Amino acid sequence: MKEEVIITEGLTKKFGNFTAVDNITFTVNKGEIFGFLGANGAGKTTAMRMLCGLSKPTSGKATVAGIDVYSQAEKIKSNIGYMSQKFSLYEDLTVLENIKFFGGIYKLSDSRIKTKSEELVHRLSLEPQANKLVGSLPQGWKQKLAFSVAILHEPKIVFLDEPTGGVDPLARRQFWDLIYEAAGNGITIFITTHYMDEAEYCNRLSIMVDGRIEALDSPGALKQKYEAANMDEVFYRLARGAKRAE
Amino acid sequence: MEAVVVKGISKHYGKDRFVAVDNVSFTVNKGEIFGIIGPDGAGKTSLFRVLTTLLLPDGGEAMVDGLDVVKDFKQIRQTIGYMPGKFSLYQDLTVEENLNFFATVFKTTIKENYHLIKDIYVQLEPFKDRRAGKLSGGMKQKLALSCALIHKPTVLFLDEPTTGVDPVSRKEFWQMLKKLKNEGITILVSTPYMDEATLCDRIALMQKSEILAIETPQAIIDSFPKELYKAKSVSTPALLNDIKAWSDDIYAYPFGENVHFTFQKESINVEELRTYLYEKEHHNLEMEPDIPSIEDCFIHLLRA
Repeated sequence: MKEEVIITEGLTKKFGNFTAVDNITFTVNKGEIFGFLGANGAGKTTAMRMLCGLSKPTSGKATVAGIDVYSQAEKIKSNIGYMSQKFSLYEDLTVLENIKFFGGIYKLSDSRIKTKSEELVHRLSLEPQANKLVGSLPQGWKQKLAFSVAILHEPKIVFLDEPTGGVDPLARRQFWDLIYEAAGNGITIFITTHYMDEAEYCNRLSIMVDGRIEALDSPGALKQKYEAANMDEVFYRLARGAKRAE
Repeated sequence: MEAVVVKGISKHYGKDRFVAVDNVSFTVNKGEIFGIIGPDGAGKTSLFRVLTTLLLPDGGEAMVDGLDVVKDFKQIRQTIGYMPGKFSLYQDLTVEENLNFFATVFKTTIKENYHLIKDIYVQLEPFKDRRAGKLSGGMKQKLALSCALIHKPTVLFLDEPTTGVDPVSRKEFWQMLKKLKNEGITILVSTPYMDEATLCDRIALMQKSEILAIETPQAIIDSFPKELYKAKSVSTPALLNDIKAWSDDIYAYPFGENVHFTFQKESINVEELRTYLYEKEHHNLEMEPDIPSIEDCFIHLLRA
């Protein structure tokens, strides 16, 4: 029996007359890499904010890691990891200081932070940079470090909001190695991206158009359904019909 | 005729003399779309700021429209258009006020060059009384482009205009650039998206403050020095691991739904690899030579 770590039913968010997220229903399984795609303004960020316990839905149901987004929003935050291209780590703290800081936020014990730091620095081969400021690291390394810090507390789910934007093609693939490793360890990955080749790396993905989930399946099944050669075409066909001018 | 000539431009920052741009040279012909393709931190923005006379270079020289970026900065500023990577219009002026402001600064009117911005501006028109700060990302991008075009620049500098923009809007944006090219405007555009490279007439691949290659996209693809293969089976991760495990001589990486790989030596027998992969239960394996994309070329240059 598959364990479902995200369950939504008719989840909706309205801002005044504007329905940002319109009645979305889907589930995400444990250890799955779930791609959450959509054009700018389709409602991805609003939906993600509700799932992270940052924004209260207008109507509908949602549980994340078994926790209700209405009544226990605070509790969700300690059970998930989050990383985006815009905010990840403190540039003027060192690698080790960042790990220690976030370990503290996640309420890990000092001894656990110490073991985790050593493990993490070793796995990313960051030993020579451990005491350097994060701001001095190349972008690709920052992203890998940020991801590792986002799963420091071994959350059930990690939300990744365009984590590879602007990263070089080699570093982008190294980042995906980390994603696969985490998914293999049972961490559910919920990811948004504008790179359509990365959509292919997901187990399943949804495509949002004008606040609704217009399609949801594996990349292979979506390509078949829309008779498309690649995900770029699938996306283009669905998103081109968008009515909403963001 | 050359619109932009860059000769050995360098730019350093701070007391540690951090090198942002290192001895970069290239020329851009009149009416060309020239792309500078590279990841964050490659030095693209510093280079653009030198060429738009906003930063003084620490070495080398550069000309835009035959004018020197250091000596003739005042004249250059009147003839070029610049759209920075960060939204830099007046957030508390409306769409129309911003456009009027830029037209007035350049001693022209919206009416005079309306044909240049018409296609973009019709999409903005419903929001013309909205403050720029309240626009969505895509609309801000369109307004910024309109403002950069309103004085009919000879050379247009676009610094990462499509970063963070979805694939559909990116396509539309590039269609607009093609039209501007047909109006005779020279365009320098930077992007971290490798797939946009093929939409440029010529490209410079940039990484770590240096240019790795300058050519037409086709010439860069043609100069890929190895034979590239693509392979596909039910499970890409398993296929990737098995191909990697087969030989140290193989370099494999995921590429969309496929695995791409090259060999160091020529002597590798692809049929042996196929047999091995069948034994590893990749029964519905598809494997054949493939034409490299710009992204494959970039990966190869990064590893070289």
